[in-house]
Amino acid sequence: MNDIDINTKNNDSDSVGDIDSSSSRGWAKLKRNKAALVGGIFLLIYIVCAFGAPVLFWGNPSAPDLINSLSPPCAKYLLGTDELGRSILGRILYGSRVSLMIAVGVVGVGLLFGVPVGLISGYFGGKTDFIIQRFTDMLLAFPGFLLALALVAILGVGLKNTVISIGISMIPIYIRLVRGCVLTVREEVYVEAARASGTKDRHIILRHILPNVLAPIIVQTSLGMGTAILFAAGLGFLGIGVQPPTPEWGSMLGSARAYMMGKPHVATFPGIAIFLAVLSFNLLGDGLRDAFDPRSKI
Amino acid sequence: MKAGMAPLLSIVGLKTSFHTLDGTITAVNGVDFDVYPGETLGLVGESGCGKSVTALSVLRLLNPSMTTIHGQVNFDGKNLLSLDPEEMRMIRGGTISMIFQEPMTSLNPILTVGEQISESLRLHEKLGRKKAWEKAIQMLEIVQIPSPELRVGEYPHKLSGGMRQRVMIAMALSCNPRLIFADEPTTALDVTIQAQIIRLLEHLKKGSNTSIVLITHDLGVVAQMASRVVVMYAGRVVEEAPVVELFHDARHPYTKGLLKSVPVLGGDKKTRLNEIPGIVPNLLHMPKGCSFHPRCSMTMDICKKESPSMIHFNKNRRVACWLATDDF
Repeated sequence: MNDIDINTKNNDSDSVGDIDSSSSRGWAKLKRNKAALVGGIFLLIYIVCAFGAPVLFWGNPSAPDLINSLSPPCAKYLLGTDELGRSILGRILYGSRVSLMIAVGVVGVGLLFGVPVGLISGYFGGKTDFIIQRFTDMLLAFPGFLLALALVAILGVGLKNTVISIGISMIPIYIRLVRGCVLTVREEVYVEAARASGTKDRHIILRHILPNVLAPIIVQTSLGMGTAILFAAGLGFLGIGVQPPTPEWGSMLGSARAYMMGKPHVATFPGIAIFLAVLSFNLLGDGLRDAFDPRSKI
Repeated sequence: MKAGMAPLLSIVGLKTSFHTLDGTITAVNGVDFDVYPGETLGLVGESGCGKSVTALSVLRLLNPSMTTIHGQVNFDGKNLLSLDPEEMRMIRGGTISMIFQEPMTSLNPILTVGEQISESLRLHEKLGRKKAWEKAIQMLEIVQIPSPELRVGEYPHKLSGGMRQRVMIAMALSCNPRLIFADEPTTALDVTIQAQIIRLLEHLKKGSNTSIVLITHDLGVVAQMASRVVVMYAGRVVEEAPVVELFHDARHPYTKGLLKSVPVLGGDKKTRLNEIPGIVPNLLHMPKGCSFHPRCSMTMDICKKESPSMIHFNKNRRVACWLATDDF
């Protein structure tokens, strides 16, 4: 007994103390990644615009000013006006709220259904997995945008239906991603050890598996928000997304199409807004992926 | 084995098959043995002989869609193989627990040591969060981890291999199980830590009536800890004997071969270490007759044709070998 104590103190207390956990190393890597940093800054500006729109732009972004219609950028209208004389700056600022709402809503729908189904499919395997995967195959057989388009045709236009349609088209992506990760984690010895100690399946899934597959989910969430904004703008451009007078970047582009040659600023600024918002999510998503990918050792 | 005592665990004709794309593999083929209260039984054999699968079959931890298990596993008067999944779950970690081979991977990297130990305490002992945490600290103290109040809140990556195995032992012991399967508990550790872990297990066992099934291929560990040994080869039991008898009077050529291939520290440097020629047979293409005959130095004609049946010398001693009928 005594000699065990002595040995314990001499040999076995060599904790590997200062090696940091993989997640904090991931954050450190992320901070070093310049592209991700730029993406993060853009994203921050975008979020500030969305939340601070009423402060940054006084007035109603949907109030027409027909005398000043299609005015180029000037002191009164920093980014010019559209065909009804509405401030493009104001509509972009308020439009950022709509697109952020769509991005969050779409990814929310995807996460809410995709993650639990993916967890169940990967963990239980067998027939459950087979049925879920065939269903996923079916949804993935359609190009994402086409699926969203078809769903809008069924559900009808408007903000809520746009979110639901694009959200549904994202669900299979999350199912596949989560299932794939679960298949790897499920085979870990600590999962077997948890089962050997009588832990309930639900508990194993939520406490042992989900936290270990979070990193790829976070990455997909970031990339998915970019895609959602792009899809929503696409639907808006086609006139079947969010309906006017709600300021939405895609529908702004859609109505600007007619003045493209004579008044290019009407289409350019909403275009830049979409571009920067999508870019910010993609840069951040790529950065997150590089930071949390165990294969990258930088 | 204690005379007149009823076995705690009695495995009868256990047969576990895996269904693979190449065909059905019978990893455990008619294994029988008993484990008595308070004893340490050594389960010995090469990698792939079915030792771990036996343990996993008893605990029903194998994927049911890919495996079939036949036979009986009687534990405390109940056949574990016919219990419903919920009853079986309550036995795992409660009355039967398991220590795994890989201390580096058998702890969840994102949960603290305390969270992992208290998990089964909350489940089986129905302790509250705070009580379970206190008991976790106590358990770390029992497995002799220095400054347990600090270690309890740490993540596994901060602990060395030996410490992690101590944590695994603490987890296995936390609900006072009646039987522990220790699946190669020292294999992944270096020699000094191995000795510490074995001494710890022996020390802990003295204070309780827990039985241990020690799965290992390390005969040194068996000699130190086990009172009785079951030797397995290619999914079958080939020999069983009390530990002292096994080391002095092994009867199966395979057991003899295993004993001869243990290196002796400070032994004659000029003699080569003995080895058993060949490798464990592919379970998909088992040789006809005795499965050990292609590697056996004493093969007879009958060995190639028929599988030997188990010969019982007395209650503690049995051998499955055609030679065993002769007094050799």
